[in-house]
Amino acid sequence: MRKLLVAVCSAAVLAANMVLMTPLFASEVNVYSAREENLIKPILDRFSKQTGIKVNLITGGADELITRMGLEAGNSPADLLLTVDVGRLLRAREMNLLQAIQSETLEAGIPAQYRDSEGYWYGVSLRSRVIVYDKQRVDPASLSTYEALADPTWRGKVCIRSSSNIYNQSLTAAMLSHHGVAATEAWARGLVANFARNPQGGDRDQIAAVAIGQCQLAVVNTYYLAGMLNATGRAEREQAERVGVFWPNQQDRGAHINISGAGLARFARNKDNAIRLLEFMVSDEAQTWYAETNNEYPVRADIPVSATLKQWGEFRADPLALEQLGIHNAEAVRLMDRAGWR
Amino acid sequence: MIAIMALCVLISVPVLTIVASLAGDSDGVWQHLADTLLWEYIRQSLTLMLGVGVLVLVLGVGPAWLVTMTRFPGSRILEWALILPLAIPAYIIAYTYTGMLDVTGPVQGFIRDTFDLRFGEYWFPQIRSLGGAITMLALVLYPYVYLLSRMAFLEQSVCVLEVSRTLGAGPWRAFSRIAVPLARPAIIAGLALVLMETLADYGTVQYFGLSTFTTGIFRTWFGMGSATAAAQLSVVLMVFILVLVLAEQWSRKRARYHHTSSKYSRLAQIPLHGWRKWAALLACGLPVALGFLLPFLQLAWWSWDTRHLVDFSAFSTLLLNSLQLAASAALIALVLGVCIVYAKRLQPGLMMRSSFRILSLGYAIPGTVIAVGVLIPFAWFDNSVDGFMQARFNVSTGLLLSGTLVAVLFAYVVRFLPVAMNTLDAGLGKIRPSMDDAGRSMGFGSWQILRRIHLPMLKGSLLTASLLVFVDVLKELPATLILRPFNFNTLAIRTYELANQERLTEAASSALMIVLAGIIPVIIISLSISGSRPGHDTRA
Repeated sequence: MRKLLVAVCSAAVLAANMVLMTPLFASEVNVYSAREENLIKPILDRFSKQTGIKVNLITGGADELITRMGLEAGNSPADLLLTVDVGRLLRAREMNLLQAIQSETLEAGIPAQYRDSEGYWYGVSLRSRVIVYDKQRVDPASLSTYEALADPTWRGKVCIRSSSNIYNQSLTAAMLSHHGVAATEAWARGLVANFARNPQGGDRDQIAAVAIGQCQLAVVNTYYLAGMLNATGRAEREQAERVGVFWPNQQDRGAHINISGAGLARFARNKDNAIRLLEFMVSDEAQTWYAETNNEYPVRADIPVSATLKQWGEFRADPLALEQLGIHNAEAVRLMDRAGWR
Repeated sequence: MIAIMALCVLISVPVLTIVASLAGDSDGVWQHLADTLLWEYIRQSLTLMLGVGVLVLVLGVGPAWLVTMTRFPGSRILEWALILPLAIPAYIIAYTYTGMLDVTGPVQGFIRDTFDLRFGEYWFPQIRSLGGAITMLALVLYPYVYLLSRMAFLEQSVCVLEVSRTLGAGPWRAFSRIAVPLARPAIIAGLALVLMETLADYGTVQYFGLSTFTTGIFRTWFGMGSATAAAQLSVVLMVFILVLVLAEQWSRKRARYHHTSSKYSRLAQIPLHGWRKWAALLACGLPVALGFLLPFLQLAWWSWDTRHLVDFSAFSTLLLNSLQLAASAALIALVLGVCIVYAKRLQPGLMMRSSFRILSLGYAIPGTVIAVGVLIPFAWFDNSVDGFMQARFNVSTGLLLSGTLVAVLFAYVVRFLPVAMNTLDAGLGKIRPSMDDAGRSMGFGSWQILRRIHLPMLKGSLLTASLLVFVDVLKELPATLILRPFNFNTLAIRTYELANQERLTEAASSALMIVLAGIIPVIIISLSISGSRPGHDTRA
């Protein structure tokens, strides 16, 4: 029994140690990031090296991080919130968790479409959701728009992941703001009727399913295909090489775009450092790193895209204000529920 | 006693926080769900529970009986190997099997190449389906049933079995009519853990694209932005479990399961011959092969393939963090578990029993929901203290508990204490009340009875309880993810982050580390159980 007591006491001491472990640096910045550690830490390390500012990081799902920020309220240690989807930045703003900042660097570097008009959030990288097709069996001339994916000619031939996925929610939200509820619901029903299988897996799984012939078309984010084309595994590369990229809606509004971005926390204690970090994220160095390492499109037009993305050529992007994606998100989910999109 | 009640209340706070959401306004989400997916959620969750429940009984109880009562080739090894799948997190086995068996995987690719077929020209079971999810969950969860029923079989007095045989019952009847009914509390305790874990699972069902209660909770919360409706769905989840538990209790009525005889002799294990021995090997070998060996080898293979991409220097920190958390949580859960279970034995009144039930619910709630249930009261406490200190002394105390490992450990306790409690309760239930009376007649107080009589007799259960919590924490992901402090990662988080980017092969090496770290405690549990038979000092 004495042993047990000793053990309990040492556990308590250990716990206390861990609580007090967080060192108080003179100069630091606290980041809540929905971007996974391996996709953000290298950039943060470079920032620390250049500026001497220590970056503390917590990663996690955007919704969970936002929930945590909200509950921590005025005492939240977060300085900067990073997400991989604009809808979450808008939700954070709606919940009054962000504050507006004005920065010449940010305003000059980031096109107006990809940042909040009042400065609550700024996009740092772009991705498009495109149609990929089986090069052997589909003539790209038969493809045209997202809307046409609901056409009965594609019955049983389309693969797309679950509607729980935020990228599909944003795509549907974009449709909603262009066409309204009735037309979008009809589109979703048509699309569901064209599914080759129940939605399952991630974007890479959809690409692989096209490659082996389970479906002829899939809707995926650009960087997933680029990631597969540059994968270490031969099987994955071969699958990716069997599909072609089609940019939808080039004759009208353009391809659907989403951003990864960041906003300054409302109660940020290290405001200046956080702004410096945000500015660093749109610097030449960080933008090139994003483009090369993760095959995302740089938010700055003057930064070259990666070699893989270059092959797919230039494209017209949907100029829709990104706020619309956030505004229509909940309605999009309900609509997809009604249409039977699992 | 009052202290323990207060403790129970404290630990129930997150669960009660979630229940309190019933008062909130869900903004028409329920109407929408009733119109669309609610029945689908209920149907799929029930099917999942039923399927997993039946399968774990088949995979768990039979082999437990076979390795305890008989000898066949490999039975000594299988005795402990049958627990190994416990070391594999459900979401990892799902990823692994999908990687192997999905349409785009190597197995179907091989079939297509060899027989020159195209997709759709041959039949192959769909891994990403309700049936697939049932299989995956059953393969990693059956060890709970195996473990607890084996403990019960080992602790059974041979007398009743011998009596049944003299009365003319064959071995099968002795098993089905005597041993299993007597082991029922243990089997049910194991089954309850499995079903709760099944209901709380998110990783597997989400990856397989199913519409269950958990996927529904996150869809309403994140997609529709209604945290209230999501919490209310979690309450429905708890009601599910509560009904199950109460139904079982009611059916058990006043039956008691401790043995009245203290005659324990070495179990005479019957050697099996002929086809029986191979059938036994198959029945016990298959769960190990499918639940552990195959996924383990696949993970090892992927890890080898991606070894040049992995930053092994970071691994020691990740491993240390994981082990530290698991050990602390196991210890806390053990101490609290003993206190609560013993208090329930001393005062089995309505208050104690109902708080026992409420605490048990934690295991059935998805980790993310528990985490929010922890975050709400902790943040409230921190902000209140801060407000008070600012007003009184003009000092800001900031966040004292939120964002520290205290919050993480608290969430673990809420979620995994039921595992410890169930195991200890089953163990304590088998100690005859006359032992307490004997202690009391010697002038012992309650504390002394616990320390000098119960704890020594419970040694096996204590070890099992703490190691089960240890392994569970090692595998835990969602609560750690939300509640952890800055710059703190575990193996499970690393695995999840890579898998979330759909880089399954790169995620394999950290997944493998989780499995390896979990194997050792799992083997210790197995060995200690073999030696736990009363009156059985050393194994020959």
